[in-house]
Amino acid sequence: MTPARIRTLAWHALVLAILLVMLYPLAWMLASSLKPSREIVTSITLIPRTWEWSNYAAALEPRVGVPVWRFFLNTTLISVGAVLGNVLTCSLAAYAFARLRFRLRTPMFAFMLATIMLPYHVVLIPQYTIFQQLGMVDTFWPLVLPKFLATDAFFVFLMVQFVRQLPQDLDEAARIDGCGPFRIFTLVILPLLRPALITTAIFTFIWTWNDFFQQLIYLSSPDHYTLPLALRLFVDTQESVANFGPMFALSVLSMLPVLLFFAAFQRYLVDGMATSGLKG
Amino acid sequence: MTTPLTRSAARPRRRRSGTYGDHPATGYLFLSPWILGALLMFLGPMLASLYLSFTDYDLFSTPNWIGLENYERMLTDDPRFGNSVLATVRFVVFGVPIQLAAALGVALLLNRASRMSGVYRSAFYAPSLLGGSVALALVWRSLFTADGPADQLSGLFGMPSRGWVNDPQLALAVLVLLIVWQFGAPMVIFLAGLKQIPQELYDAAAVDGANAWHRFRSITVPMLSPVIFFNLVLNTINAFQVFNAAFVVSGGTGGPSDTTLFYTLYLWRKGFVEFNMGYASAMAWVLLLGIALVTGLIFRSARSWVHYAGEKR
Repeated sequence: MTPARIRTLAWHALVLAILLVMLYPLAWMLASSLKPSREIVTSITLIPRTWEWSNYAAALEPRVGVPVWRFFLNTTLISVGAVLGNVLTCSLAAYAFARLRFRLRTPMFAFMLATIMLPYHVVLIPQYTIFQQLGMVDTFWPLVLPKFLATDAFFVFLMVQFVRQLPQDLDEAARIDGCGPFRIFTLVILPLLRPALITTAIFTFIWTWNDFFQQLIYLSSPDHYTLPLALRLFVDTQESVANFGPMFALSVLSMLPVLLFFAAFQRYLVDGMATSGLKG
Repeated sequence: MTTPLTRSAARPRRRRSGTYGDHPATGYLFLSPWILGALLMFLGPMLASLYLSFTDYDLFSTPNWIGLENYERMLTDDPRFGNSVLATVRFVVFGVPIQLAAALGVALLLNRASRMSGVYRSAFYAPSLLGGSVALALVWRSLFTADGPADQLSGLFGMPSRGWVNDPQLALAVLVLLIVWQFGAPMVIFLAGLKQIPQELYDAAAVDGANAWHRFRSITVPMLSPVIFFNLVLNTINAFQVFNAAFVVSGGTGGPSDTTLFYTLYLWRKGFVEFNMGYASAMAWVLLLGIALVTGLIFRSARSWVHYAGEKR
């Protein structure tokens, strides 16, 4: 073996060793979802001594009187709504900031950037009061409606950066052909913006799927619970060891959509993440 | 070379770029959802929350003006507030630098042409993706519970423990480990930054006889400094606001002995458990000030260690 080959092998071995440690918690979760509840916590090994498939059946039993598919449906509704809102309104805003000229553009853009850094907690309580006045507490609206108002400035910024990179000549050509801004936006910009739109859609989906804080605040009746809220029920009852198996089974099930999304789109995701920090 | 978020705003606009002079209102029309959002979801609520922070407000009756009392109480009459600041600052001070060091270390390791690079990169990124989820926080809590895997491991090293999460000395470490473990997002950004460093610099340095450490110190770190800066700012701001992990791992209490009572957890308790909305609003503004202060300090320090391409060193 040549020294170069040995170095390559050593590199793979090192990376894999680190990965093994990194992925152990995930593997342990998966393994635990198939172990008898009593065996789980005390066992550090990954192969179950007895395979307890019934954990999954138990995980799918109704919780607080609500069938578990309902939690999946609620989470999906909110996530899909958030995706639609973000893709639609953030791209509109990004196009205006990147291409159109109007007097207040600069101060508005500065404000948009500032909202990226603003802790959500500063607007939390008045926002809650607004939704309470509108009678929308304990509905999905507070979780979805703001997305239709381009409130995720991070994605507006991501798309602004992307649009700025597109050649102006395309807009010019379309304009000479008689297109107004609306047709330029829909026929020229939107198709070219696809990678940024996909990145936005996937991140919005995953972040909304995983979100907990807002769901905790706004949703109170079990019918409207999302997966994170349903999982949270285990926090209070976790001391009773009997629940461990189903808890891990439901955890695995709740992570599946995110992992599938990740597997399907990881190229976009990882590139999108890198892009957000770098293009300028 | 790359420029992070903060610079792009200052980039000079192309003159007369994308003018649609014949449609002066078009910009506002395209921006109307955002303008509505900015007014209804940000500007209005910010002013309202500032006002509420000077009141006693329980969400159901009219806010009652009490001046600076909320702020005074925070500083003089609320030890739990102090505990929450302490827990958060310790979390940020330990968590963020270790997380970024891990991210940079693995990025350096992965910055090598190989057919497996993409697979490795994604695998390291996976924990970041699941990071904020309640499901993962439950797993984390179980890993560090009494007699759990972490206990067995520390037992092997002769450090008997009865559940890291129950131990005031170790509970915070559990959460620090969680954020460190989620180094995937900054790692990906580091990797993209590393790719932009011209190979010639390293070749030239190698000719001059610089060893790996010298090359890292004199080429990689300065060339990467804008990206390090970007990651530092972003991850610090995010770490100040961590909620889910602290909520789940401590069962919503911030225990043991308030050592994991993160600021946002206490704010939530004040607002949505005790219905002390005025106090919670005041806490939100103090959080904003704290984050602004820390970010400001990082920006100030950046002058001495962040180098942009084309600038004189």
